[in-house]
Amino acid sequence: MPQWLFAFLAALAIIGALGTILQRNLIHCVLGFALVLIDLGVLFMGLGAVTVGFLQIIVYVGAIMVLFLFVIWLLNVQADTGVRGGASLGLKLLGAIAAAALAAELFVIFSHAPKLREVRTIAPSFGSVATLAHVLFSRYLIAFETTSLLLLASIVGAVALARRLAGQSAAIAALPPRSSARAAEARREVA
Amino acid sequence: MTIELVIGAIKAVVIVLLVLGLTTLMLWFERKGSALIQDRIGANRADVLGLGKRFGLPNFGVINTVLADPIKMFTKEDFVPDGADRFLHGLAPFLALFPIIITFAVAPMGDILRIGKYEIDLQPANLDVAALYVLATIGIGVYGVALGGWASNNRWALLGGIRASAQMISYEIAMSLAIIAVVVTYGTLDLQQMCRAQGGVWFGFLPRWGILLQPVSFLLLLISGMAESKRVPFDLPESESELVAGYFTEYSGGKQAVFMMTDFAEVLLVAVLITVFFFGGWQAPWLYRDGFHFPGGASWPLPNLAIAILQFAAFWIKVIIFSCLQILIRWTLPRLRYDQLMRLGWKGLVPLGLLNLVATAFVVVAAGGK
Repeated sequence: MPQWLFAFLAALAIIGALGTILQRNLIHCVLGFALVLIDLGVLFMGLGAVTVGFLQIIVYVGAIMVLFLFVIWLLNVQADTGVRGGASLGLKLLGAIAAAALAAELFVIFSHAPKLREVRTIAPSFGSVATLAHVLFSRYLIAFETTSLLLLASIVGAVALARRLAGQSAAIAALPPRSSARAAEARREVA
Repeated sequence: MTIELVIGAIKAVVIVLLVLGLTTLMLWFERKGSALIQDRIGANRADVLGLGKRFGLPNFGVINTVLADPIKMFTKEDFVPDGADRFLHGLAPFLALFPIIITFAVAPMGDILRIGKYEIDLQPANLDVAALYVLATIGIGVYGVALGGWASNNRWALLGGIRASAQMISYEIAMSLAIIAVVVTYGTLDLQQMCRAQGGVWFGFLPRWGILLQPVSFLLLLISGMAESKRVPFDLPESESELVAGYFTEYSGGKQAVFMMTDFAEVLLVAVLITVFFFGGWQAPWLYRDGFHFPGGASWPLPNLAIAILQFAAFWIKVIIFSCLQILIRWTLPRLRYDQLMRLGWKGLVPLGLLNLVATAFVVVAAGGK
């Protein structure tokens, strides 16, 4: 990847990230985030990991960010009104600890990373589907399979939660319509 | 280097012009074909300076569709409702159309064309993970519709946008499963390689097209593709009897035209995918690299240029046939109810797609694997 392209994509990622945290309107924030994720996908492709880049766009931009939009609409979350209520001291402390941990991690990673000049050219098969599949299904097989299991468990959990809620609303709908007082009481109980 | 850039630019221009032209053709077929189905006359009035009438030419409504209506659309007032998000309202139609148009970059329109010492691959962009590229761009296509509905500051439009995003995400899963089964069958993500793998014949006469290997995938892709293009029977995002016009209620003029074009471009895209995966792409029956070899043993050698033209024609004829099939279905079926839509997607197509994928994987491994 030429250097100017990398500089452009990196700048775009930072703009998108700033847009994500600085804008008031939540939909605009989600779009900023989507921009960052597309940008990361393109960066992956430029660095030779074409498959990972496309998977990144399919999964994060094509599915997860759309679900973000969905949740914002369905929960009817309003735009930030701009009133800055001070966060509690505990939250501030937690934020500071998390930021410090992230900074320390980045520092360790960067100090161990090879210098740019020392980086060798990559093999032509790097990032292809075949290479990726070989690594995933040999060296990282256990991690890969346990991740699938985790995802399956979370899907089952989500369905179970949804079914319980659906069962409750069915119970309310099944109440006799005439006895409205009793129905209201029962509704409160069920809820 | 420069000559390669020029060739690439020509391929890009050709594919975009073809897509826009065929979109217009589909629009014409939609209007005149639906009139034929419903025993109406359809568009038949527009004429240029009365020339067609003077020379007694039959009027098939072509001028209506190609000239009169686009001029009308693009000169109308471009209305933005009060309280709308002006930026996103303007951006949304292009967010919808752009990903669909760029998907055609991997449409394999033919095999290698040789001119002098240059070998031109008739696939505009030769990408070895083209199937993933298709899934990625289709996934991004959701944003335009969803944001158009939201940015209009209109409840019907928002409902349409929410419906559209839910529907497109749900059917993308079935679509992905269908495509993955095809990928497993051919052992490649490269659309050009898939087309090449469909050359040749079975039993001496039957073209080796994917439909015979993956009939279930074909049905899955056709149904989920029609749902992706948001047209009847899957037009809940714009169902005019409930939501005015759904996500593009508050759009007028050129921007509405862009949304309509998106639908037709998606019809074409689904037709391209069906052609590539299941009907041999650019393969014409019994046409090989050196000419025709008919089942009886007769053969007809042809130069490379003629073969390239025949492949190009075969590809686009198949695409037009499958686009027209989708339009016929659109004018034949009634709209689904929302719960029927979700039941069909999640309880019908997704399990069927998973079963098909597992069965495909077993057969491929049993047959020796690739």
